[in-house]
Amino acid sequence: MQLREIMERLGLELVTKDVDIQGREVVWAYTSDLLSDVMANAQTGDLWCTIQRHLNIVAVAKLKELGGIVLANGIIPSEDVVAKAAQEDVPIFVSRFSLFELSGRLYELLRGESDS
Amino acid sequence: MSSELGVVLYFAVLNSGGLDNVGAVSTEVKRRLQEINVEDGVIRRVSIICFEAEMNLASYADRGGHLKVEVKPDRVEIFVEDDGPGIEDVEQAMTPGYSTAPLWIRELGFGAGLGLPNMEEKSDIFHIESEVGKGTRIHSVVFRRRDAA
Repeated sequence: MQLREIMERLGLELVTKDVDIQGREVVWAYTSDLLSDVMANAQTGDLWCTIQRHLNIVAVAKLKELGGIVLANGIIPSEDVVAKAAQEDVPIFVSRFSLFELSGRLYELLRGESDS
Repeated sequence: MSSELGVVLYFAVLNSGGLDNVGAVSTEVKRRLQEINVEDGVIRRVSIICFEAEMNLASYADRGGHLKVEVKPDRVEIFVEDDGPGIEDVEQAMTPGYSTAPLWIRELGFGAGLGLPNMEEKSDIFHIESEVGKGTRIHSVVFRRRDAA
């Protein structure tokens, strides 16, 4: 599913305004706050849902070639994180939902897509 | 194609008292391996190994340490070295979930006791030796198979 469509349907806010998400697709997602777990178990292209907001999330997303990061609970990343993400071309979104609700909604959305 | 002699990359990883820069070295390793057309699956594994090594050096090694990556025609070899404090019980440290990380590191989502096990899992060959008060050395090998994922 197009990242833009996910963003619109879940009401996500793109905080990395300089990252162009046009045409980018995401097939699946991964939810975790343990960075080593994401390093070990997330799949290339996954959208990563987390409440970690520090600089290292950008490096993890970049190294794992993730499709983007969604911060739950309305967590706004600091300016240095946004700047680093823009530099590394990693889109960061903010969701007002909790991790549980965000993951559930995302699961419904992406599962529907992969079934069709 | 890279030459038969291979490419050697050296990096110093500092222990700056914070973890903001963790990932910088492994991101650079990844970029360099992509430049010389190392297979994607191999790069993915090497990146993870380097990231965890970098994390360990920045978190635990008093004076940081060194990372060397050797790209050979059939393999990528990673050497990680520091001069202390060393690991008391290496076998225990290799157990998933075992960690000595302080709370501030855990709150950042690190220190879950998955780093060394991840490194071993992503390696085809993995050796670690450590001596308390002296330091820790790790040697990891990832073979460049086409099917390496």
